[in-house]
Amino acid sequence: MLKLEKRRQPSQVWAYLAPVVAVVATMVAGGLLFAFLGKDPLLAIRTIFWDPLFGEFAFYYRPQMLVKGAPLVLIAIGLSLGFRAGIWNIGAEGQYIMGAIAGAGVALAFYPLEAWWLFPLMVICGALGGCLWAMIPAALRVIFGTNEILVSLMLVYVAEQFLASVSLGLLKNPEGYGFPGSRNLQQYPSAHNAELIAGSGMHWGVVAALIAVIMAYILLNRHLLGFQIRLTGEAPRAARFAGVKPKQLVLLCMGLAGALAGMAGLFEVAGPSGRISIDFNAGYGFTAIIVAFLGRLHPVGILLAGLLMALTYIGGEIAQSSMGLSSSAIQVFQGMLLFFLLMVDVLTNYRLKLAKAETA
Amino acid sequence: MKKRTFLKGAAAAVALPLAMTGPAFAQEKTKVGFIYVGPINDGGWTQHHHESAMKMVEEIGEDKVEMVYQESVPEGPDAERAMTQMALGGADIIFTTSFGYMDPTINVAAKFPDVNFEHATGYKTADNVSAYSARFYEGRAVMGTIAGHMTKSNVLGYIASVPIPEVVRGINSAYIHAKKVNPDVEMKIIWLYTWMDPAKEADAARTLIEQGADVIFQHTDSTAPLAAAQNAGNVIGFGQAGDMSEYAPSPRVSSIIDNWAPYYVSRVKATMDGTWESHSVWEGINTGMVGIGDITDAVPAEVKAEAEAMRDAISAGEYHPFTGPLKKQDGSDWLAEGEVADDGTLAGMNFYVEGLTGEIPQ
Amino acid sequence: MDLSAINPVLLVASLMVAATPILLAAIGELVVEKAGVLNLGVEGMMITGAICGFAVAVETGSPLMGFVGAAAGGAGLSLLFVALTQYALANQVASGLSLTLFGLGLSALIGQRYVGERPPPAQRLDLPVLSDLPVVGRILFSHDLMVYVGLALVVAVWAMLKFTRAGLILRAVGENHEAAHALGYKVRRIRILAILFGGACAGMGGAYISLLRVPQWVDGMTAGTGWIALALVVFASWKPGRVLLGAYLFGGVTVLQLNLQAAGLAIPVEYLSMSPYLITILVLVIMSSHRSGAPASLGRTFHASQ
Repeated sequence: MLKLEKRRQPSQVWAYLAPVVAVVATMVAGGLLFAFLGKDPLLAIRTIFWDPLFGEFAFYYRPQMLVKGAPLVLIAIGLSLGFRAGIWNIGAEGQYIMGAIAGAGVALAFYPLEAWWLFPLMVICGALGGCLWAMIPAALRVIFGTNEILVSLMLVYVAEQFLASVSLGLLKNPEGYGFPGSRNLQQYPSAHNAELIAGSGMHWGVVAALIAVIMAYILLNRHLLGFQIRLTGEAPRAARFAGVKPKQLVLLCMGLAGALAGMAGLFEVAGPSGRISIDFNAGYGFTAIIVAFLGRLHPVGILLAGLLMALTYIGGEIAQSSMGLSSSAIQVFQGMLLFFLLMVDVLTNYRLKLAKAETA
Repeated sequence: MKKRTFLKGAAAAVALPLAMTGPAFAQEKTKVGFIYVGPINDGGWTQHHHESAMKMVEEIGEDKVEMVYQESVPEGPDAERAMTQMALGGADIIFTTSFGYMDPTINVAAKFPDVNFEHATGYKTADNVSAYSARFYEGRAVMGTIAGHMTKSNVLGYIASVPIPEVVRGINSAYIHAKKVNPDVEMKIIWLYTWMDPAKEADAARTLIEQGADVIFQHTDSTAPLAAAQNAGNVIGFGQAGDMSEYAPSPRVSSIIDNWAPYYVSRVKATMDGTWESHSVWEGINTGMVGIGDITDAVPAEVKAEAEAMRDAISAGEYHPFTGPLKKQDGSDWLAEGEVADDGTLAGMNFYVEGLTGEIPQ
Repeated sequence: MDLSAINPVLLVASLMVAATPILLAAIGELVVEKAGVLNLGVEGMMITGAICGFAVAVETGSPLMGFVGAAAGGAGLSLLFVALTQYALANQVASGLSLTLFGLGLSALIGQRYVGERPPPAQRLDLPVLSDLPVVGRILFSHDLMVYVGLALVVAVWAMLKFTRAGLILRAVGENHEAAHALGYKVRRIRILAILFGGACAGMGGAYISLLRVPQWVDGMTAGTGWIALALVVFASWKPGRVLLGAYLFGGVTVLQLNLQAAGLAIPVEYLSMSPYLITILVLVIMSSHRSGAPASLGRTFHASQ
């Protein structure tokens, strides 16, 4: 019988080795799946993991990884701060939506005015929209002690309904022949979050994500607040003795996470997506939760995890159109990757031991 | 072999040294790409685009065309990437089969001037982007005629999807023609805000039936409403997107079939021989893009004959489903006696005709 | 507008049907959460149950076997969650979300062969006298079997939690797993059983949609029902009786919304659809001020060496 024993210190070796083991295990299991579906497993694995990075059209896919990965990283960084402190905001999807609506709403209100200050204003409003939406569960927790996991989740559905409502009503494009959805911000120069260097994939959202990674790293390692966050997560009682004010921390972490998610939504709607529409949200808010954990709540880890997720999305799409793999097979493959990554993580903090009897 | 340019302009030349030369391999087959919004076996919209695509390959010949597709592509940036990927992969013509792909199609087309794009159900075109769409309201006119004759309760139920002009046209067309043969009919409408959600569709159908409807129209794609009609007994409905013949002869008494194959064949052939040109078309029963499924024996012979006569008249161009005199819901005049609606008004139709109750959700 | 077209008897009867899938899934998740585990993979388990049930029903020709298959399918998928959270001690939120992603993909893969098939029809309960009673007959005695199974499960879970030793242990594990462990209860084993039960219930809830409510197989056909079930557990403040009430309320809002539309009433559909979630939040707030909230160990990982 195998038994887990907690390590005194997290294993450095396994911290680096575990993700590699998980990816290899996924390749094996995924390969079996693809073979079972009658596709060449080696070709499929190569298409998913190699082609976006080094294939013939990598010049296009590499920037696309930034486009796809940036919102995930930006949201996940915000979430990770709260997660570290034991504050469970799982409603980033809703905050993402509300940020996008707030930011795009400002732009559409000023349409067709061209001004340099419009885009910065949109970013601020996007951040505010997400932040205020996150403040609802935060305030309820601080005032009433309400469980923030559940409130933030409920607010996702509310935000989705609100999105449908504004797509059909308030923000509907008056020149859109009655179709739901807003004007396309890509065609509104002052509001457009364009690529900073054409063909590079770098838009303001990518820049913001990178800044967020660096800031989070500094915050956690060099700043008192970061220390308080870590302490609250690891030893709540000790944190209180150390002068941490838990209520302020909840407001701060939730607000920050909401603001980053809202900004991610704004950058997306003003850039790659362009329009507010009924199904504008593509699940980034939920995927970012997974990204945060895959990255072990560490800023650099999150950056890598976000890029890995983006890679499987893009590689998966290539495998679909070039090999005829179904989108469901790709989804299962991604699911496997997540399972393996989550599963091997245990080896960092625990070691496997042979034991005679089960005790748990 | 075509030479592709990607992201024309100085900045692009720096960033993308590889792109300009084009693929080095010889390409004999014409490569045709399809971008689908749902899974290829959704039983509705996407499935019929895919089946039409496969018919196109069969007809032109597998030795001459190669078909690639990507299913369940979200509308937005993911769609843009999927199209770019196909264009980079050497596609000569790409069909993008959902309204939400309109702006992404225009964007990608601008970067690949030598690739032909065809966008379904939109209104924007470019030098290398065509728009194609079907006059489903012609089919609804035939269904409305059948419904008006068949209903005993004089209550018709309509399961509407998303409030866009296409759906509003369908509701108006069905209602006008049911009313024409049976002045006592009323129509109850439920908006679901989705194109396909079987559970919701089933609930909506049941609700309509409980409120007395004995004919169910659907602008959503699953067979759930027909199953509900069958369970209720004495209720009829119509196949949508596909024939749904598994529910024939009743409750499914006829159907509106999306048949894109003839269009796909002609456009791919035009691409092959270099005669492809951008256009914006709206085809109906006349070209077969809108098919009327077999009218079953559950419908009395004289009703069947009348419906078929209408189908043929529409096909021949002798009858237009929106012919005056018609008034809008608020009682204001829309079309004078004998006047026919113009395509511009129809394309943006956002009002009910006189007699319909309720409001179009805004 | 013609509100008289709405028949209250039929409305209640349809509401019971619309509520059954979320009721089944939610009562299962309630047991899971009572044991201190938060499994956000309900949607994934429901859709897996929907296709497993559908496949088994089509192959065997028996709807009843279909539901058995659905329960097995849902429980089978939840085994992955067990492996992740109970053995590998992975975070429950991330594991649950991954489970949903995986379940949606897996169900679509299995389902490829079953698109366009029609499942064997299930019999409605038809009791000679009772079903013909006015009002009561239509509401209480003329549903399909699963509606009653759902109700029976609610009663069973309620009784189990309230009166049995097993229920006591389950609650102890959910409230304070260290203390329960110190008392010699096998925390992990109890949680595993709870998770499997939750998976089986979610699976049956999914199959109710694919086999009875629709009946047809379509990719992703549960369309977010699992998330509603999660909301429902919270709304019910982890009490089985309130799960029933909540399921009828949630189902009722859906059915009422459709009825009002059909009657020609111009209603803002989005705002009505929001209301269950807003009510849930309100309930949460009221509950938290009464200190009768969630199981104290909810979502926390347990390892015996801690």
